[in-house]
Amino acid sequence: MRHHRKLASLAAFFLPILLLVGLGIPLAIAQADKTINVYTALEDDQIAVYLPLFEKEHPDIKVNIVRDSTGVVTAKLLAEKDNPQADVVWGLAATSLLVADQQGMLEPYAPAGLERILPEFRDKRNPPHWVGIDTYFSAFCVNTVELNKRNLPMPTSWADLIKPEYKGQIVMSNPASSGTGFLSVATLLQMKGEEEGWKYLDALHENIAQYMHSGSKPCRVAGAGEYVIGISFDFRAIRQKNNGEPIEAVFPSEGSGWEVEANALVKKAQIKDAAKTFLDWAISDAVMQEYAKSFPVTAAKTSVPIPAGYPADPVAQLFPGNDLNWAAANRERILKKWTEKYDVKSEPRS
Amino acid sequence: MTSVSRDRSLGSLGLAVSQASVTRKPTREDWLQRGLILLVALWLLVSVVLPLGQILSRSLVNSNGEWVGLANYRTYFTTPGLAISMRNTLWVSFTSTLISVGLGFGYSYALTRTCMPLKGLMRLLVMLPLYLPSLAQAIGLIYLFGNQGLVSTGLFGLLPEWRIGLYGPTGIILGESLYCLPQAVLILSTALLLADARLYEASLALRTPPWRTFCTVTLPGIRFGLVSAIFVCFTLVFTDFGVPKVVGGNYNVLATDIYKQVIGQQNLVMGATISVLMLVPTVIAFVVDRLVQQRQVALVGSRVVPYRPRPNPWLDWAAFGFCGLVAGAILAVLGALVVASLVRVWPYQLTLSLRHYNLNAAPGGGYPAYWNSLRMSAYTAIFGTVVVFVSAYLVEKSRQWPKLRSLIYFASTLPVALPGLVLGLAYIFFFNTPSWGGIPNPFHGLYSSMSLLVICNIVHFYTVSFLTASTALKQLDPEFEAVGSCLGVPFYRTFWRVTTPLCLPAILQIGTFFFVQAMVTVSAVIFLYPPNLRLASVAVVNMDDAGNIASAAAMSTLIVLTSLGIQLLYWAATTRLRRWSQAWKER
Repeated sequence: MRHHRKLASLAAFFLPILLLVGLGIPLAIAQADKTINVYTALEDDQIAVYLPLFEKEHPDIKVNIVRDSTGVVTAKLLAEKDNPQADVVWGLAATSLLVADQQGMLEPYAPAGLERILPEFRDKRNPPHWVGIDTYFSAFCVNTVELNKRNLPMPTSWADLIKPEYKGQIVMSNPASSGTGFLSVATLLQMKGEEEGWKYLDALHENIAQYMHSGSKPCRVAGAGEYVIGISFDFRAIRQKNNGEPIEAVFPSEGSGWEVEANALVKKAQIKDAAKTFLDWAISDAVMQEYAKSFPVTAAKTSVPIPAGYPADPVAQLFPGNDLNWAAANRERILKKWTEKYDVKSEPRS
Repeated sequence: MTSVSRDRSLGSLGLAVSQASVTRKPTREDWLQRGLILLVALWLLVSVVLPLGQILSRSLVNSNGEWVGLANYRTYFTTPGLAISMRNTLWVSFTSTLISVGLGFGYSYALTRTCMPLKGLMRLLVMLPLYLPSLAQAIGLIYLFGNQGLVSTGLFGLLPEWRIGLYGPTGIILGESLYCLPQAVLILSTALLLADARLYEASLALRTPPWRTFCTVTLPGIRFGLVSAIFVCFTLVFTDFGVPKVVGGNYNVLATDIYKQVIGQQNLVMGATISVLMLVPTVIAFVVDRLVQQRQVALVGSRVVPYRPRPNPWLDWAAFGFCGLVAGAILAVLGALVVASLVRVWPYQLTLSLRHYNLNAAPGGGYPAYWNSLRMSAYTAIFGTVVVFVSAYLVEKSRQWPKLRSLIYFASTLPVALPGLVLGLAYIFFFNTPSWGGIPNPFHGLYSSMSLLVICNIVHFYTVSFLTASTALKQLDPEFEAVGSCLGVPFYRTFWRVTTPLCLPAILQIGTFFFVQAMVTVSAVIFLYPPNLRLASVAVVNMDDAGNIASAAAMSTLIVLTSLGIQLLYWAATTRLRRWSQAWKER
């Protein structure tokens, strides 16, 4: 009996220490082939609709979603070049994928059903290095209540945004972290030419109250009336409006900056079949129908009508001179210059 | 943190005893203790010392691992605007420290030196900011002072507008002052409690005017606490990233710079460089605090007569008014946060709705992230308490290897000087390296696991817990061990049957502290969490980044409710426990 008590107290003393040691022993659980890491810049409320479709179709595959703004996902992808963590990239800006491709990080793969994808939405090589799913483009989220309160006219163009009456009322996303910010800046530089383009951005900077982390945030805060105008993108503007926020989605008359969101297979030592299964699914009809409910322009034709609130011909709204290859080639340079000019000049602004 | 003081008798006692024990051969039990001490030393080496070394060395190499000397620092200081960040950080840190220590002093004075009504409630209310992430505080401020805030719009037009220009230094200073207030009050009220009533009686007898008594008795008496409070608050503001992230606008500070470099640019090298810069003031604070506290030991005499405030209606009601205002401000921020999470579309549809609690559709991982946070906090509380208590026990009660034990003591107080962002980054560097020049890293397997998050949290909040445990252990008479060993009872049995039950209140307090801190922390885990283990507090950051501020408010509300709930459980448990475990103290 005594002996037992002694044993019990001995165990009681050592058990925690054993647990502590156990904590320190590397839990080298080999990653199952059925688990894939998916990097994406799609919006969370979109993923919440799309991903369950995949999980229902392939319940055996576990998908870990790494979602962040385009700039962050791109930086993460590039930083992990020597030891890629992602298996699949899903819905990331094509300009970002072009940069990753230049660094030899993408594995060519022709997903099932590739023939349905419109030619301008995919890499020209065969098999393609990336395959697009949709296009999204810049839109202004204008809060009508706040606009009326301040007796401001409704802006309709990029040119309107640099008018002095909007000083301190506009927020936009930081192009270094946000794909939406980058597509707007890249398109403006191509629309006006580099020299005039930077002059325009200087003038715009005078009116900007804050640069924000993501493409959605400017629209969200405009919807909440914190600021009057948020330079954001189409889906977000229309979603906020449908949520009952006093938002008007304005598509600038000079044309919108735009970007293709695309998928790719990441080149690594061990490419999982589950990753290919995911890419096949990611352009399948079932999910393309869902894409079409939030994007008016998708990579494959669907039967879904253009969602309410969009221009009747959304393709006409896209600035035609936007060259994604140019944007990708100059991405690093543009971001460096932008950051030096506007981000670090961070004296408090009223 | 307050009592980074060290019982000096400990070292000499240990030394004397060990000299005595040199004469006899170490028994099996002695070897057992030595083994455990070694284990603790190893734990601190791996979890604190080595990662810290990594961050220092990483700031001296480029992204390809080639030695570049101080080039990274040169890059940092020559990049325009980064110097501005440094200046900004210093400015907001000084101002917020001044405000929170000033308010904290007034509040503590009211709590300890007056007879104001509702003291217990006031003590409770001022601690509320401890139970939510700092960025949740800032979100609350947006709903009060933002462009559509309750105060800014004068309750939507009922009152005159009052706009303070929240985004920028104003917002940061406001948020940080609230965030640091509980810490300042904790430290200063402890210091004010230690007053010697005899000095006040003497000054009364000498007819010294009250203001002079204040200057010559009160202030000198708390000068160590004051220094401590100033350093703690300064360090907190200097390294906090939640508040500037949310209300900083375009006002850059060091903490947001690190975030932008590491998350936005994935530039870990520059992150390491800024980390080392961030360590400079915190290490200075740590060293000064230790030096100052060591001097204080000599000042606490055994003949001190505790001061008891006497009723003084004017002073008491003034104190009540002051505390009421401060507590009201804290409640207003928290209240705004909770209300905003329940409003349909702020500020246009002020109807109640639970739609922002549909967190699964919001960024950051939704309810699974919340569950992960709960699990992580529970593990941190359990393992953290065990590790801390066992190591404090060995340091305080063992008689083996006194030098190593005092080294362990020092290493245990070190983590308090490590900002969470720095710790997280250090862990990435240390645990994500597969090998060093051919020597495989045995801890690499921990990377991106729940275990590493737990370890990181334990280390981040190690010092305060360790000091709590060691204070509790010091209060126990060393004779327990002596008697035990005379009776031939093995030490682990004394530990389990006597020491642990006696320290149970302190153990539970440590567990609660670990749980709450792990629940609300952002900085230590934001770089470290793997994609399949998202966390509630990080989700708040992601939601804010996406502009989904109402959902961020909802998640923050969940976090506050959880951590307050755990605290309530602790109170409920300890009131019963105290009766049971401390019954021996009564006759």
